Amino acid sequence: MKILHIDKASWDKGVLKSGETYRLTGPVKDKDTHAFKNLNDGELPDMGYVETKMSPKALLFPRSEVMLTYSTNPHDGNCNIMKEASKAYPPRAVIGIRPFDAKAIQLVKLNFDTEEYKDPYWLKAYEACTFVGLAINQPSITDFSTSCNTGPFDETGLDVLVVDTGHGFLAKILSTKGQAWADAAGFNIEAGADAASKITAMKKEAEANIVSKISVDKIAGKTVLELFDAGHWEDTAFGCINCGTCTFACPTCWCFDIQDETYGTQGVRIKNWDSCMTGLFTMHGSGHNPREYPYQRTRQRFMHKLKYFMDKYQEGIMCVGCGRCIKQCPANIDIREICNTMNQ
Amino acid sequence: MINYTENIRKISGDLLKSGKVDVVIGYKKGTLPGINEPFLARTPEDAQKLVWDSQCRLNLANYLTNRKENVGIVAKGCDSRNIATHIIEHRVTREQVTVIGVPCTGMTDKNKLRELAGGEITALTEKDGIITVTSRHGEKTVEKQDLLQSNCANCLHRNPVINDIPCADPVPEINTARNDAEIKAIEAMSPADKWAFFEDLLSTCTRCYACKNACPLCYCPTCFVDESRPQWVGKGDDPIDVRTYHTLRAFHCAGRCTDCGACEAACPMNIKVRLLTGKMEKSCFERYGWEAGLNTEVRPALDTFTLHDPEEFIK
Ligand code: SF4
Ligand code: SF4
Ligand code: SF4
Ligand code: SF4
Repeated sequence: MKILHIDKASWDKGVLKSGETYRLTGPVKDKDTHAFKNLNDGELPDMGYVETKMSPKALLFPRSEVMLTYSTNPHDGNCNIMKEASKAYPPRAVIGIRPFDAKAIQLVKLNFDTEEYKDPYWLKAYEACTFVGLAINQPSITDFSTSCNTGPFDETGLDVLVVDTGHGFLAKILSTKGQAWADAAGFNIEAGADAASKITAMKKEAEANIVSKISVDKIAGKTVLELFDAGHWEDTAFGCINCGTCTFACPTCWCFDIQDETYGTQGVRIKNWDSCMTGLFTMHGSGHNPREYPYQRTRQRFMHKLKYFMDKYQEGIMCVGCGRCIKQCPANIDIREICNTMNQ
Repeated sequence: MINYTENIRKISGDLLKSGKVDVVIGYKKGTLPGINEPFLARTPEDAQKLVWDSQCRLNLANYLTNRKENVGIVAKGCDSRNIATHIIEHRVTREQVTVIGVPCTGMTDKNKLRELAGGEITALTEKDGIITVTSRHGEKTVEKQDLLQSNCANCLHRNPVINDIPCADPVPEINTARNDAEIKAIEAMSPADKWAFFEDLLSTCTRCYACKNACPLCYCPTCFVDESRPQWVGKGDDPIDVRTYHTLRAFHCAGRCTDCGACEAACPMNIKVRLLTGKMEKSCFERYGWEAGLNTEVRPALDTFTLHDPEEFIK
């Protein structure tokens, strides 16, 4: 694989230049955090950012997305006929995405891109993207990504892996899409022969700095019912207030709810984020709710992530160990602890 | 704080041993520095896991709602006022509850802690009103007083109002009057500025609902935002729906909010939702001299009336 060397001044110039070919998206300061946003003309991604509270999943799976439009006006030729909302998907470069977040997109893809069902909105947005990742040199104390088939330098979901060496960037080109973006940016200076070993050394060091680990070996061997009926759930879930904070922040949580909103005779069908933590999520039309009690909803989240997903897809767990849910949970519900309890 | 923890453990252990209560609601030590986890102790052994320090931001009255057993509950001043409100509103009975009262010296503001550390907090210790946070950039030591949540710095009732078994002697109160400076600043704005202010305030809200779910007042079996037969509010990120949610919620809390700060502490986006409930409480105080949850007899301001209620604002 080709590795390019980019000094910091050329980086800024090149990124802006690539903006002539791509719509640029990257981490920018947003109040007291960073968020992935479409960059304005001349705006640069903040490559010194530490984390974004919300994962970049919204780039492909927005909080609220209009899918279809309709009219209920009998005088309209298309009355009561759903039309696909018109949207453009120009090539987009997602710059500075963290390796675990890019890996999460691959996990979400397992759901939105199956033999049977393909979510056209997610897929078109996905295909338009080139993922230019930024390796994590200093993992957070809540980062357990190396226990989740990914890690601070994971290349899985990326087209380019950028490593900040302090003096400049090394950019490892991982796909033709990645090469195309580098060409558009005018990045073409190959790094010296020691670049690959430099990246390997930095990767080793970053991985060694990960203090958090989980293990799911015993969960894999247990039956669903054994885990589901285990006596601990009411106590494990006691502190959980069933807000959706963890599910909204999580890069791999993919649940959605479809809603029609009509203004006068014009309407839209919207796909909104939903959360298994709410009662309404499983409320039947009859009024019966199979997850009547709050602890059942908490159990669902962890059973889905750590057991159902693993059994269904055979691709590990539905968690990349980013630690967002741990940091943001107001009640200190910690997936690592719950995983330990389940894995006993 | 160490003696608070020891006393809470002892009192809770005794209560569970004697059978006076079936469970004790408290906190156990968190998995991250700067936060603890609400915890249900069922046995005297469990009670030994209980802790207390300045990182117990949630309001434990929230965990009392609709419980059927006899419950011991560790409660700081504001929690105790929400327990009183729960009793008035028939969420629990007075007989069912044994309050292990914590004379409170305030909770730290999670954002002030983070700012102080200058990055991720890797360790936190607290001793005699002094807090030390450690991060990659080293260690910082500050008086806890300088790190308080704003509701705690402005608190008028640090000592529990229901206090069956105090875990320590009362602490001196630090304020004698409401501090409404922030609310007054908003009141003084022009309508256009107010609109812009609230638009910005709520602009990052994801409607995760941590604020309402952390609130002991928000116990409705079906919140209006979850009404689906028919639906009352849109469920997406349309700013109109976001504002509707926040405004209505604030009104539902009017005359009941104890300014415990759990909503703000819970918000992952650090939205100051107390600016909305604070306006309600300011009005209730100015109109009716009302502060929520000070006893278990008088119903909340908007839940009752007298012939002398001011009414010049009804047009
Ligand atoms: S685990 Fe935490 S963040 Fe998730 S719903 Fe429960 S309280 Fe909210
Ligand atoms: S479950 Fe938590 S740690 Fe795992 S990917 Fe989701 S937010 Fe990150
Ligand atoms: S907790 Fe914060 S982000 Fe969540 S709904 Fe409330 S104000 Fe919005
Ligand atoms: S609205 Fe906020 S401050 Fe008021 S009682 Fe509820 S959680 Fe506490």
